[in-house]
Amino acid sequence: MKITEQQVRYVAELAHLRLSDQEVQQLARDLDEILSHMEKLNELDTENVEPMAQVLYEAGETATLREDCEQPTIPPEIALANAPLAGAGYFKVPKVIDK
Amino acid sequence: MNLASLTIADIQKGLRLKQFSAVELTEEALKFAAAENPKTNAYLHFCQERALRAAQGVDEKLARKEDPGPLAGVPVAVKDVIVTKGVRTTCASKLLASYIPPYDATAVIRVEQAGGVILGKTNCDEFAMGSSNENSAFGPVRNPVALDRVPGGSSGGSAAAVVQGTAVVALGSDTGGSIRQPAAFCGCVGVTPTYGRVSRYGLVAFASSLDHIGPMARNVTDAAILLKVIAGRDERDATSAFAPVADYPALLEGDVRGTKIGIPKEYFQGLAAEIGDPIQRAIDQFARLGCELVDVSLPHTEYAIATYYIICTAEASSNLARYDGVRYTTRAPGVTTLTDMYRQTRGEGFGAECKRRIMLGTYVLSHGYYDAYYLKAQKVRTLLTQDFRQAFEKVDALITPVSPFPAFRLGEKLSDPWQMYLSDIYTITGSLAGIPCMSVPCGWTADGLPVGMQILARHFEEAAMLRLARAYERATCES
Repeated sequence: MKITEQQVRYVAELAHLRLSDQEVQQLARDLDEILSHMEKLNELDTENVEPMAQVLYEAGETATLREDCEQPTIPPEIALANAPLAGAGYFKVPKVIDK
Repeated sequence: MNLASLTIADIQKGLRLKQFSAVELTEEALKFAAAENPKTNAYLHFCQERALRAAQGVDEKLARKEDPGPLAGVPVAVKDVIVTKGVRTTCASKLLASYIPPYDATAVIRVEQAGGVILGKTNCDEFAMGSSNENSAFGPVRNPVALDRVPGGSSGGSAAAVVQGTAVVALGSDTGGSIRQPAAFCGCVGVTPTYGRVSRYGLVAFASSLDHIGPMARNVTDAAILLKVIAGRDERDATSAFAPVADYPALLEGDVRGTKIGIPKEYFQGLAAEIGDPIQRAIDQFARLGCELVDVSLPHTEYAIATYYIICTAEASSNLARYDGVRYTTRAPGVTTLTDMYRQTRGEGFGAECKRRIMLGTYVLSHGYYDAYYLKAQKVRTLLTQDFRQAFEKVDALITPVSPFPAFRLGEKLSDPWQMYLSDIYTITGSLAGIPCMSVPCGWTADGLPVGMQILARHFEEAAMLRLARAYERATCES
């Protein structure tokens, strides 16, 4: 399989990454090489193997659930302190819907 | 007082005998670190005020004859992917260059409650992605043992600080070897605990099913003391384990006679002699200590790198989606639409390796490829984990190399990402299985570069693992 520049641009769109033409060329080469190494996994028959969805199974299913009680949270003005743009208690973003 | 050789025990003794106060020690340590740091670029920034405040707290407790805690006055470095309230946390990324977290990581809180004094935040690969520390937006770290070489990664700054003596111990993070490999490259002890042993609350997420926080230190005892402080269930991290925390420092000095140590043959095939010989001498040392050596096989080892780089990039692509220009300090200038804001901010903000991993992860999760890559990798992860389970039916611990080569030169592997990924070949298997593993210095190459051996143990058997490491250290480093 060969990763094309067109595929790279498509994936970059999914990942919301703006790439330069040079980056697209480089990533096509890198992804192609790396993915070809990953083909190695196809040597293994995993038909009857369960995927590892949890790293540890030491506790019962509900062991990590806690009482649902009110706890202090970070106040809005502090949560917004790192925002590039904020106002009136909200994160501000470019306009999404045109009237 | 030589900061570069101080142990936690030395500091406790000095404070008790009033040879120095915690504030005096901290002032000295900050001065020393600021003077030495330009050699390696290990620290990104210091937090002098916070350090002095912590030290003052220790001195006040001592004056009131209260127990100041097991880390009283100990200068600690914290990898800059672990958040510190009010102290800049950048993840070595341009995107977070001015991010000031509104809360502390649990590990940070526990270090300070134990009397530890956090001096500053250490350099690393951007978002902990890398094996050489060359992916930092704020310049690479240099290996304190050989300044023209990398310190390893991604916790390269933490390893360098500990070896250089600008910290006594450090917190690192490990996803596929990021504590153990830099520990081996710089010549210190690095511990990756069992998955869930140490809370990740406040560790900036890279690959959530693989991320760990762990201690780095100049000796096994100091690592054990720090591990005990940070380990244990934390309600704020649902993946943190309920299992009781052993008294690691108290259990260190036990006899290791009769311990069964497995030597997995897959880890030694084709291994260069400059790494293999010191490891073999370490294994011989364990035999002399009365351990029983057993040949074992972990047959799926050769599939680990592919498995790891599918799972970790998939998880990373999801975890890094939050850096979108809305919440975390940086937004590309001049954007007029929402989509533009996302794309431009991320395109300008992430470095090359982060982009590569986001792209790989997005690709393997994308429509039509999920089963072929991600699901397949999760299945092979089961097989890799079963390999360990079967081995640990026969043996109590495993010994392997940490890295196939010693610290390489800056720039040497930058042009070939797959070659760089191979740095992790011996460390990622333990990460995928979630078992405790550690790197212990075990000798030098002919060029004078440190070599590390890796000890791996069963889930939650950190005490047994540390005891083996300490037995080796006692037999080789002390008269």
